[in-house]
Amino acid sequence: MAVDGSQTDWTALVFQVRDHQDRAAFAALFRHFAPRVKGFLMKSGAGATLAEECAQDVMATLWQKAHQFDPARASVATWVYTIARNRRIDMLRKSLRAEPEDLDWGPEAEPDQAEIYEAQQETQRLGKALSVLPDKQRVLIERAYYGDLSHSEIAAETGLPLGTIKSRIRLALDRLRQEMT
Amino acid sequence: MTIRHHISDPVLMAYAAGELAEAFNLLVATHVSMCDNCRAQLVAFEALGGAVIDTQDEVALSGSSLDATLARLELLPQATARARSRSRGIFPAPLADYIGTDLASVGWTALGAGVRQAILPTDRRATARLLYIPAGARMPDHGHRGLEMTLVLQGAFADQTDRFGPGDIEFADEGMEHTPVAEAGMDCICLAATDAPLRFNGLVPRLVQSWFRI
Repeated sequence: MAVDGSQTDWTALVFQVRDHQDRAAFAALFRHFAPRVKGFLMKSGAGATLAEECAQDVMATLWQKAHQFDPARASVATWVYTIARNRRIDMLRKSLRAEPEDLDWGPEAEPDQAEIYEAQQETQRLGKALSVLPDKQRVLIERAYYGDLSHSEIAAETGLPLGTIKSRIRLALDRLRQEMT
Repeated sequence: MTIRHHISDPVLMAYAAGELAEAFNLLVATHVSMCDNCRAQLVAFEALGGAVIDTQDEVALSGSSLDATLARLELLPQATARARSRSRGIFPAPLADYIGTDLASVGWTALGAGVRQAILPTDRRATARLLYIPAGARMPDHGHRGLEMTLVLQGAFADQTDRFGPGDIEFADEGMEHTPVAEAGMDCICLAATDAPLRFNGLVPRLVQSWFRI
């Protein structure tokens, strides 16, 4: 799959892991994603040791569940995010998480190359859109994903009224939607 | 089915962020299973999580971390394709996982006037229950101390605010008082999630409230 030169084709690396148990491909994925997952979990409130252990678990899950990766639905970064999120839920509260029913595409459905390309590009575009948001808005979006803080707890910590937080998040989402259309 | 009442952005975002109590998770996953619109929105909110991870500042792992993980892989068999989740009757897959095979396997408790409920096992931060309201019957008047989300699975109900049919979600917040009445013609079955006990206005319902956990 053609991806412009500066970008690594993470999807191809996951396929190498899936089809050939390719440890070099796994190592490349690990070097990119594990330090980000560790940073993400530390922002969620985990200590460095726990965050490192969990980042390793997340990457091991990527190895184990490579067959379940659906490149038409999510980029590798998004898939890694959902694994990290679920790991965090297990870690914090050991409660179950219900997932939506799978769509039935029929037995011979092959993901479309254009769809795959688009899903992978989406993360890049969203990342760019996120980075050009006003700081005040970007920080709140990130905090929402770090989790462990309800809106009212964010309010207590930032000293902002709940209404202000809600409207900033709404503005941020509106802008991201504009950027993505 | 035409769904008119969807999940609001903050709730869908909280689901994507993994921040909801189990009862609300269940309700959101069930609605998304029925609603292509919210499924697409959820994909977008998860993609935003992917962008947050991808633009995250890196925190270096210890030097031996990659080798330690590679060593673990030896012991980890790779899973094959995921077993597809299945809906059963009126219950989309996530709900079917909580209930069992069908409507007959639900352990109902009578609430009076033909209304029945079944509380589902979830973590204690919120309560999930199935409600069975016979066609034409009404739920007792109630206000709320916290957030209540009600998802229609079969039939329909109407209250002071609107009509809610299969797939629709009604949000009720603190201060809202409403009296849902099931539409004539078909018994109404709903999934409701609440994060604080409902407050009944009548004395008798208030007395039995703690007993029934409604």
